[in-house]
Amino acid sequence: MLMKEGQVRIPSGCAISGVFSREGNRVPGDLIVRSMSTMHERSNGLGGGFAGYGIYPEYKDLYAFHIFYDSTDAKQECEKFLDHHFEVVNLSKIPTRKTPKITNAPLIWRYFVTPIHNKLRDSQLDEKEFVARCVVKINHEFKGTYVFSSGKNMGVFKAVGYPEDVGEFYRLEEYAGYSWTAHGRYPTNTPGWWGGAHPFAMLDYSIVHNGEISSYDANRRFIEMFDYHCDLLTDTEVITYIFDYLLRRQGFTLYEAAKVVAAPFWSTIGRMEDKEKEKFTYLRNAFPDVLITGPFSIILGFEGGLMALNDRLKLRSMVVGEKGEMVYMASEECAIRIMEPNVDKIWYPRGGEPVVVRLNEEEDHVDQLHIS
Amino acid sequence: MTIDAGLYDFQGLNEKIRAEKGDVTIERCLGHRFIGAGESERTITLHGTPGNALGCYLNGATIVVEANAQDQVGDTMNDGKIIIHGDAGDAVGYAMRGGEIYVEGSAGYRAGIHMKAYKDKKPVVVIGSKAGSFLGEYQAGGIILVLGIGCADDEVYGRFCGTGMHGGKIFVRAKELCRVLPEQVHAEEADETALAEIKPYLEAYSQYFDKSLPDDGKKFFVFTPNSKNPYKKMYAMN
Repeated sequence: MLMKEGQVRIPSGCAISGVFSREGNRVPGDLIVRSMSTMHERSNGLGGGFAGYGIYPEYKDLYAFHIFYDSTDAKQECEKFLDHHFEVVNLSKIPTRKTPKITNAPLIWRYFVTPIHNKLRDSQLDEKEFVARCVVKINHEFKGTYVFSSGKNMGVFKAVGYPEDVGEFYRLEEYAGYSWTAHGRYPTNTPGWWGGAHPFAMLDYSIVHNGEISSYDANRRFIEMFDYHCDLLTDTEVITYIFDYLLRRQGFTLYEAAKVVAAPFWSTIGRMEDKEKEKFTYLRNAFPDVLITGPFSIILGFEGGLMALNDRLKLRSMVVGEKGEMVYMASEECAIRIMEPNVDKIWYPRGGEPVVVRLNEEEDHVDQLHIS
Repeated sequence: MTIDAGLYDFQGLNEKIRAEKGDVTIERCLGHRFIGAGESERTITLHGTPGNALGCYLNGATIVVEANAQDQVGDTMNDGKIIIHGDAGDAVGYAMRGGEIYVEGSAGYRAGIHMKAYKDKKPVVVIGSKAGSFLGEYQAGGIILVLGIGCADDEVYGRFCGTGMHGGKIFVRAKELCRVLPEQVHAEEADETALAEIKPYLEAYSQYFDKSLPDDGKKFFVFTPNSKNPYKKMYAMN
């Protein structure tokens, strides 16, 4: 029996890394696996995972569901639901490689789906909301079934093990994408299990996180009012839902969302010019329940970009490097140097200051506060 | 003796270093932690990127890094020197109690926090360019020098500099101080006695990095604890 957040405490760091091609060049998955290997000591073998963007160009208009099943019964139940709500264009086991370092694997399946037209129309929801609600429903109500990836042209691969071994297990060298994030887990507070490995994903948003959230319960209570359910037994899950809520449902820019979860101190706001002061005061007052306190460094993956963010006190490490059109982000410089020994530029972002990169073709909204 | 770090994990590398007598040069270092931990003599020269907690508990040895260093350089260091030809990550000189650290470029957050001094033990951290927030937080002794080479006055130190400071000195080189300091920190322009105190460390910086302070009109300010406003509470008032 797994114990929930708060019922068990395992005292302990984590490792995160990201790579991004602004020109959209496809980078093979083994590059990010090598990056993680330099930070081996930051993990303890109880969780590793990766998110790749642009990895399914042949199915880019379909939602790719990656699902863990505890049993074939669970699979049958879930597939009945999927058939009822989605056109399943393709389904297969996710190819894995046998390795003694990864054991007790659940059944791991992948489905490329699109909502059934009539179902979607009758639901009166927009497509993404329809998909999100189905994912939440499965994770909350279907015993032994976990949809751990549900975006278009992206996918999460995670397991219990060291990240290098997880990369080998999922044969990541066979995938290529314009963007990758990775996580090596050293669980604090909660048990290491397959569903609890990072990244945590909802639609195309994915989060890798180093830290622990002291505001977890306040955040969870707030976000569960909007039909999200925190079922995956770890604090990071709630960050993914917060970003989905702020970005997709509230329509915030990344910069605004970053300034809500890592809000400036009141003392900092107090020293701002009047107009800015008004905006930041509004954001803090309107969304106090999604302020994330406690130490964190995160990389948010989304369609067409990455965002790195530290807590405002910067209690976890984060390094960013650039070489030409490539951008690298990691907990440690060594994890960047192994990917690119001769970076043009390398720096430590300040606490609470988001670093956003996007594909060149995308318009960049990052430096704007749109609220007026 | 030259050691190829690429052949070892951090534990293997540290065992190899300890097994060697005399000075060592390490090639292809990449994230190996705890290098030089507790070493009391000789010089260790590093190529590549050393891992966290470089020179922790250092007890008299000299470490030269020909690149950037990561977090926690010189954690609880007691004696010796660490010379970094690049930048340092967060918490450089954390809880340091003796010895000297020279960073050619910038340092991350929390440089010199919890530094302390006792009798002849007086730790010194010299940072060439700028330092992040929480510089010298809870400082109890020793000297932190931030030279501001090539950086604007508003970035030479960050927020909450010297919060909870109750001993030691922070020297900052700038045209003027434009960042707010906590109430318990007293700031003034450095006088001749104060300048004489830091002169040897400035000379050492120039010598190690073959760099002299630019003629940019900046002057030294010194921050000391203001005993009239002792540290109250910060984390509760966010």
